[in-house]
Amino acid sequence: MNAHAFIDTPGGEGAVTHPPIAGIVPRRPTLRPPAPRPRIRLGLDKPARWGWTLGPLLLLVYWTVLSETGFLDSRTLPAPWVAVETAVDLVRTGRLQEHFAISAWRAAQGLAFGTVTGIALALVSGLSLLGGYVIDGLVQLKRGVPVLALIPFMVLWFGVGEAMKISVIAITVFVPIYLHTHNALRAIDIRHVELAETLGLTRSQFIRHVVLPGALPGLLLGLRFGVTASWLALVVVEQLNATSGIGYMVTLARNYAQTDVMLVGLVIYALLGLASDAVVRLVQARALRWRRTLAG
Amino acid sequence: MSAAVRIRGLSRHFTAKGVLDGVDLDIAPGEFVALLGRSGSGKSTLLRALANLDHEAEGSGEIHVPERISVVFQDARLLPWMRVLDNVVLGLGGDDARVRGRQALAEVELAGRERSWPHELSGGEQQRVALARSLVRAPQLLLADEPFGALDALTRIRMHALLRRLSETHRPTVLLVTHDVAEAIELADRIVILEEGRIVRDIAVALPAEGPRRRERFAALQTELLALFGIDDDPGLAHNAKERHVA
Repeated sequence: MNAHAFIDTPGGEGAVTHPPIAGIVPRRPTLRPPAPRPRIRLGLDKPARWGWTLGPLLLLVYWTVLSETGFLDSRTLPAPWVAVETAVDLVRTGRLQEHFAISAWRAAQGLAFGTVTGIALALVSGLSLLGGYVIDGLVQLKRGVPVLALIPFMVLWFGVGEAMKISVIAITVFVPIYLHTHNALRAIDIRHVELAETLGLTRSQFIRHVVLPGALPGLLLGLRFGVTASWLALVVVEQLNATSGIGYMVTLARNYAQTDVMLVGLVIYALLGLASDAVVRLVQARALRWRRTLAG
Repeated sequence: MSAAVRIRGLSRHFTAKGVLDGVDLDIAPGEFVALLGRSGSGKSTLLRALANLDHEAEGSGEIHVPERISVVFQDARLLPWMRVLDNVVLGLGGDDARVRGRQALAEVELAGRERSWPHELSGGEQQRVALARSLVRAPQLLLADEPFGALDALTRIRMHALLRRLSETHRPTVLLVTHDVAEAIELADRIVILEEGRIVRDIAVALPAEGPRRRERFAALQTELLALFGIDDDPGLAHNAKERHVA
């Protein structure tokens, strides 16, 4: 068979080797061996599983040393072992579990409502022009209003009970979920839309097989922000107006200058935040198995 | 027999690029037509008009096409979040869809890869999945828009053999858009040349089945076609001529 001939391959087959360009003198060979070329790496080396704990551990060591040497006044910040003892005490009396359960339940409910609302609004706004006109502007306005500023109204509308607290959390959560999902919906690959057309997919098949999976990475990213936001909102509502929960425990401790209890509260928040983020990341890894990324 | 595809006075205008200027074309059922032309000659525009993918275009003219049309794009266009078999049967109803999907995958020599993710396949394998996805729909008309343009030369030759075999078994009407002269001769029954939105030549390939007469006819056709595009097919000069032409 004859060689393939192309009429118009841009760039063409078969590179042409250019003669040396006049005026540019080839570099004179040097006697030293050439320095090894630095390897260009876009990705990091494979990270150690628990590598991220190094910073916190160093902080702990620093803190311990300062407390041990008496450099750190225990009224400002109690020693680590005091905090541990207090935590053990709180667990033994059952106070910590009780407050923790209440806080977690509030956050979970707020997160659930916020997530569902965020996804629903993003779908309506992303998949219909009119929906976009109605919803997107409102959400952008809402973004500009800090949660703290909303709370007086929320108290007026929902009272000071659980409904208000969960609503505040939900309202905080839905914004990042909406934004990232909406963004992902808008960025659906036009080539996939064409494919759906040529395959004759119905609207619901199109949404189920093309739109939603395509927007899933964005949704999950929004969820990660949303989870963090839910804890943030939780702290705000519990410290303002509550008679239970970790935030209440911390506020109460502040009134009695119990720095050790306050510290336990902080650590609990940190652990909760970490744990919930880890859960979302796990979901992400499971749901986005099809992706080939740098992180592997 | 009436034509499978019938186009009369088809014109398309875009603000940006791609123009068709009164195209008339008939394709018989089961016929394999290669649409050859330079970039910007309007060949993709014609294909997209037949596939009903040109919503943004203005134009006039008549198009009659069969009901079941399949499109193979230059990129395999698999959904990355679906496994290979799910991609093949996407949007298909019926209890036996998956069975037929497996058969189609076997036909493109990808049996056993049903559960792979698209990114685990090579470019050629992905394009074969795309072929299986078209095949399983038993298209009356197969539209292929430079389907092998992104593949390396060796893979392309294998794909030619595969496509020829598939089209001989299933006999869909095929319209293959390409800029590869040899590919057009190799695969098509008929070559239609588009230039500036008009059909300027319509050539029956009529390649003998085997032997030296086939090679002769191939070479003659290739010379004729390349000459049409202003390329002198002297073996020693062809490469340079092509370079000049591209420039």
